[in-house]
Amino acid sequence: MTAVIPGVEQSRLLRVATAGSVDDGKSTLIGRLLYDAKAVLADQLTAVQDASRRRGYPDADLALLVDGLRAEREQGITIDVAYRYFATAHRSFVLADTPGHVQYTRNMVTGASTADVAVVLVDARAGLIEQSRRHATIAALLGVGHLVLAVNKMDLVGWSEDVFDTILADFAALADRRGVRSWSAVPISALLGDNVVDRSANTGWYAGPPLLELLETLPVPGTDDPALGWRFPVQLVVRPRTAAYPDYRGYSGRVAAGTVRVGDAVTVLPAGASTTVVGIDTYDGPLDEAAAGRSVVLRLADDLDISRGDLLTGAGRPPAVTREITATVCWLATEPLAAGSRWRLRQATRDVRAVVTEVTSVLDVTTGESRPAGTLALNDIGTVTLRTAEPLVVDPYAASRRTGGLLLVDELTGASAGAGMVTEQRCPPGTD
Amino acid sequence: MTTLLGVERTSLTDLEDESVHILREVVATFERPVLLFSGGKDSIVLLRLAEKALWPARVPFPVMHIDTGHNFPEVIEFRDRRVAELDVQLVVASVQASIDTGRVRERAGQSRNPLQTVTLLDGIATHRFDAVLGGARRDEERARAKERVFSVRDEFGQWNPRNQRPELWDLYNGRHAPGEHVRVFPLSNWTELDIWRYIRAERIEVPSIYYAHGRDVFERDGMLLAVTEWTQPRAGEVVRRETVRYRTVGDATCTGAVRSGAATVDEVVTETAVSTITERGATRADDRASEAAMEDRKREGYF
Repeated sequence: MTAVIPGVEQSRLLRVATAGSVDDGKSTLIGRLLYDAKAVLADQLTAVQDASRRRGYPDADLALLVDGLRAEREQGITIDVAYRYFATAHRSFVLADTPGHVQYTRNMVTGASTADVAVVLVDARAGLIEQSRRHATIAALLGVGHLVLAVNKMDLVGWSEDVFDTILADFAALADRRGVRSWSAVPISALLGDNVVDRSANTGWYAGPPLLELLETLPVPGTDDPALGWRFPVQLVVRPRTAAYPDYRGYSGRVAAGTVRVGDAVTVLPAGASTTVVGIDTYDGPLDEAAAGRSVVLRLADDLDISRGDLLTGAGRPPAVTREITATVCWLATEPLAAGSRWRLRQATRDVRAVVTEVTSVLDVTTGESRPAGTLALNDIGTVTLRTAEPLVVDPYAASRRTGGLLLVDELTGASAGAGMVTEQRCPPGTD
Repeated sequence: MTTLLGVERTSLTDLEDESVHILREVVATFERPVLLFSGGKDSIVLLRLAEKALWPARVPFPVMHIDTGHNFPEVIEFRDRRVAELDVQLVVASVQASIDTGRVRERAGQSRNPLQTVTLLDGIATHRFDAVLGGARRDEERARAKERVFSVRDEFGQWNPRNQRPELWDLYNGRHAPGEHVRVFPLSNWTELDIWRYIRAERIEVPSIYYAHGRDVFERDGMLLAVTEWTQPRAGEVVRRETVRYRTVGDATCTGAVRSGAATVDEVVTETAVSTITERGATRADDRASEAAMEDRKREGYF
């Protein structure tokens, strides 16, 4: 849920991620967007023009604006996410340009995990190929609030409405299967600029806005379930013991969902103790309430045993306290994920040991069907059951991103091996 | 009540909340963090955010200045005053000391800027810092645009941009092996304009050289360099008294001034909003060396 501060105009950042296969033109699109929106500064443009000339290109290659690594420019591909920032008169944007190559799916997942909107780019000549489907599926699973299908290279198919409609129908079926309710489609040419910032004269059959106008006017989509009540994972116990604050005791954290108010009843999980919020403190002074996203310090009526990793929650539907969860996992490590393997599991501010009890199924991204599987290979998406050494306090990811998302970390190397989205939490009798 | 008012409250509050969360994660999950503090505007904002993140407790970690020895006196004066106000420990890692002990060799006529990497890595190793907080922003440069918020460095201090960890949501993974360390960039999503809007909204003091003042300067490689004890005009370079200010503050030998009449924070915000050139393009000789100048330095362990 997007926090609304009463009486204050909302000018929040819109986080946009690009997705799509290699060579579909994602970096070119972002370059074009920045260039036509006049967000490219003179020295950056000169550098790109010089580099394009050295490479023997006839025109400035706008993809060079975002491909920041030497290896990317050498190969003309994007390896890792590049973040670009720009503002129009209507809105500020963070653009995450993510790689299309299947080998770098982990970086696409990184860029999409925080996105409000994903622009799925498709080459009009190729249609929705496996990699476009994979990215659209990942964006949907990550709960990105709105998808934009951008059918690119329309100039190479003679601006054909039929080609556009065919791809649109394919995408509609995929969106429907993945439960994506909010999406739109735009025919564009990133190279020539049609329907990127300026409306194209070549697509008379298209009544919608150009891409930038669409992004400027979209409502910032909310993803969390308002019935949930608030969630507050404790980051630190604050005990200054200074002359000014000799007896101060508070709990710092970032509101993960909902809105916490002074006077609210509190349940401390997993322990289950109850108390009341007596203060919401910040460096700038006390607040009456703090909505999702705010970093604050909570003071409670009673001195309880509370430490990092605990979760404070108020009224509303409670989270599950459980040692057994089922999650949709994007596997991002070279070694396959198999039953019996052990990991550190990071969720909210908790860090516990976990064992994979079962790898149930893997998703075929082309057909959208799940099939039984015993392992997940690199870049696979599948359903996995995990048991943890200590209880987790979790929500379904679909209801709350910040308390329903988890990382599996390799204990030995520290690598982030998998990203999980909780689908179910079971509380078997006799445990916790 | 917060000091952020009106429209600025929302997008700046989003950025502040994100940075505060990151800073608290560092304190919660590392043994020996340090914050790189140069007296430049980004590290000043970062230190203020650290103060906010940990309030009402004090900032529990030291700050470190990588000192090239080529400083603007206004900046050093500011650094010392701010450190005293916050009562934090200041560690100065000196490039001069690295030169004196033979860790690096100075090349005549060249900036000390690239030498800082060795001094920085030695400083990190000596104090066994495991998390190094920096004020780098992704909008500064396109190699920086690729950097994670938590960025693991191997035991040689190197960055491997082709194999960065996935970083999802706000779950930051700082796990590392002994001898490795993690660079943390809480200002990743801030732009130069955000920094100045925040300085204005929070009434943060910055060194006077960020505002327009009269200074003796000369032009070299298209940059305006100040006349200092280390930077003297060569034959044919004409010294002129100009009204200038600095957009970035680094080693005095490679940081250029810009012609500007922006003498107040409001004027600087306005100027930044309409600038047609990036801050590093305008003022940093070290970034002009090649197409991949920043990436190459970062791989070796630069800020």
